[in-house]
Amino acid sequence: MNLGALLKVALRALAVNKLRSALTMLGIIIGVGAVIVMIAVGAGAQARVEEQIRSLGSNLLLVLSGATTSGGVRLGFGSNLTLSEDDATTLSRELPEVIAAPALRGSAQVVWGNLNWSTVIFGITPEYLEVRQWELAAGRSFEPADMAGAAKVCLIGSTVAKQLFGGADPVDQVIRIRRVPFTVIGVLETKGQSMMGTDQDDLVLMPLSTARKRVLGVGTLAKQRSVGTIWIKVRDGYDMKAAEEQVRRLLRQRHRLQPGQDDDFSLRNLAEVASAQEASSRVLAMLLAAVASVSLVVGGIGIMNIMLVSVTERTREIGLRMAVGARMRDILGQFLVEAVTLSLIGGLVGVALGVGSAFAIGQFAGWRIELDFEAVALAVAFAFAIGVFFGFYPARKAARLNPVEALRFE
Amino acid sequence: MQPIIRCRDLAKVYQLGDNRIAALAGVSVEIAAGDLVAVMGPSGSGKSTFMNLLGCLDRPSGGEYVLAGRPVAALADDELAALRNRYIGFVFQSFNLLARTSALDNVALPLVYAGVPAKERSERAVAMLEQVGLAGRAAHHPAHLSGGQQQRVAIARALVTRPIIILADEPTGALDSRTSLEIMALLQRLNRGGMTIVLVTHEPEVARFARRVLRFRDGRIVSDEVNVPEDAARLLEAEKVPA
Repeated sequence: MNLGALLKVALRALAVNKLRSALTMLGIIIGVGAVIVMIAVGAGAQARVEEQIRSLGSNLLLVLSGATTSGGVRLGFGSNLTLSEDDATTLSRELPEVIAAPALRGSAQVVWGNLNWSTVIFGITPEYLEVRQWELAAGRSFEPADMAGAAKVCLIGSTVAKQLFGGADPVDQVIRIRRVPFTVIGVLETKGQSMMGTDQDDLVLMPLSTARKRVLGVGTLAKQRSVGTIWIKVRDGYDMKAAEEQVRRLLRQRHRLQPGQDDDFSLRNLAEVASAQEASSRVLAMLLAAVASVSLVVGGIGIMNIMLVSVTERTREIGLRMAVGARMRDILGQFLVEAVTLSLIGGLVGVALGVGSAFAIGQFAGWRIELDFEAVALAVAFAFAIGVFFGFYPARKAARLNPVEALRFE
Repeated sequence: MQPIIRCRDLAKVYQLGDNRIAALAGVSVEIAAGDLVAVMGPSGSGKSTFMNLLGCLDRPSGGEYVLAGRPVAALADDELAALRNRYIGFVFQSFNLLARTSALDNVALPLVYAGVPAKERSERAVAMLEQVGLAGRAAHHPAHLSGGQQQRVAIARALVTRPIIILADEPTGALDSRTSLEIMALLQRLNRGGMTIVLVTHEPEVARFARRVLRFRDGRIVSDEVNVPEDAARLLEAEKVPA
C-alpha cells in the first residue's frame, strides 16, 4: 500500500470515532500550543536581554575611580577621583586593542522655558560616543573646537528631549544648566533601559572641558585633570580578558601602586554581567520549553492509549486484511500512519493555537514575543516524532497478530 | 488431473499450558482442480484447523502441504500473505466485511494489497459485483445490505484476485435457509465455471451440494466419499413455483 492509500484509510478510521479522535488530538494540540507559546515567550525574554547587551555595548570595560575613606567612613567608588584624563589618553595610546573615553559625572537641574528636569550630566570627549556606539537621532556631534574651547554646547538624551521639549525640535534651542546657557546641538538615539533598569536616555552630554570649568568643576579637583570613570571599548577580534589585564596593569603602573597594594580603581567587565544574564535567560527559555514538552509527551501517551484500544477493537478487521493478503508491514504502516495523522493534525492545530495565544499574550500582557519559523517547524517535527514513537508499539502489536486468532476474535 | 492441494501427514499441535493438544493428527488428502469439497465433522474435530492450514493462515507442526505445486510449510509470514493474496479466496460465516466501507471498496480490498492500480481495482471490483448479482449495490455499505447480499459481496471479494481456490468456512451459517440456497447456488455456479471450492460445514443440507465430502473426527479424516450433488438452483426454482 502506498502512503496516499494509507492516509485515506487512516482518515476514514479516525472519522469513525470523531469525538474520540478529537479528544486524543487535544493532548497534542495543547502540548504543541504550549511549546510554541513557551518558546515565543522565552525567546522574547532572551531577545530583550540581547538587545540590552547591544545597547550597552558587548565589549565594554568600565573603570571607576577608587573609594575614599574619610575619618573611618568609607565612601563608594568614584568618591575619590583617582582617574584622570591622562589615564584615558595613555590607555588609548599604549594599548592598540582599546579605545578609552574619560567621563566626568554629575547631576543638575536643566531648564528650558518654564520647564525643568533633573538629570545626569556627563562631561565627555568625542571617543565616548564611539565607545558606547551611540548614534545621533538629530543634529550634529561635538567638534574639536567645542572641546578645546569649552564651548557651551550639549547633546541631550531622548528622555530629556521629551521631558523638556515635548514635541518641539530641541536642536539649536538654548537650555540652562546650573544657570549656564547651553545650545543643544543634537539629540541622541534612544538606547532604552540598562540591564539594571535605569533609563540610559535620561542624560545630557557636554565637552569634558566645559563640564569641568562651567558646570561640575567647583573645588580643588577641577584643577586636576581627574575624571570619575573611563569607558573602554575593546576592539573587535581582541580577547576581553586579556584586554582587561592590560588595562589593569597599565593603570596600576601609572598610579604607582606597589605589588600587593589594592587597586585604587574598580575595573568592571560589563560583557560578563551581560553574558551571565543572557545565560540565565537562555536557561529559563529552555526550562519553559522543556516543561511544555512534558505535556506533549503526555499527549503522545494519550495517542498510544487510544491506538491500543483501536487495535483491540479492530482485531477482526486486522485478521481479515491479513487473510486477503496484507503483509506485516502493511498493517504496521496502517496503524502507524493513523497515529502520526492524529499527532500531525493535532500538531498543526496546536501551531495555530500556539501562535494565536503567543500573539494574544504579547498584545495583552505586553510581553515581548519572538516567534521564528524554526521554532514552529521544530514543534511540528516533535509532534510527528511523538506520533511515530507512541504509535509504533500499538502498530507493531497489530502487525504481529496471528491471523487465525484475529479472525476468531469476538 | 493435477491436484491443487496435496497434504501428507499434516499435523497441528497446540501447546496450552502443560497440555499438548493435537488438533490435527496426520491428515493426508489431495484435492483436484475444479472439485467442490465439503469438510464436515463435529466441533473440535479439526476441520477448522485443517481449513486454516489450507488457507495459509497458520503453519502445520508437522507433515507437508503443497499448494499449486509449492510447498508451504517453510514459508515466511510475508510469503504466506502473498500466497493468500494471489491463490486463495476466503468466505467467512460472519462475512467479515469492513464496516462503513462501500461494497465496491470491500471487494477491491485484496487488490490494494496486490498492488493493482486504483482504476483497474474498481473496474475489476465492479465486474465481480455484477458476477454475484449485485451490480447496483456498489456504493452501499454493509449495514445497508441483507445478510445474503453481504455474503455475495464477500464472495465477490474472494473472487476478485482470480484465485485458484475458494475456502468457505460455514458460508451459510449466519443465513436463513432460502438465502443459504441462493449462496449455494452461486457457489455451485462458480464451481461449474471451473473454480475449486472447499467449504467447511456441519449441516448436511449444505454438504449435499458438494461433489465430495470429507468427514473429520479427532483430528483425522474418517470418511472420504464421492457425492452426487443436488442442484441448488433447481431447488430454488422448485420453491418458487408454489409461491
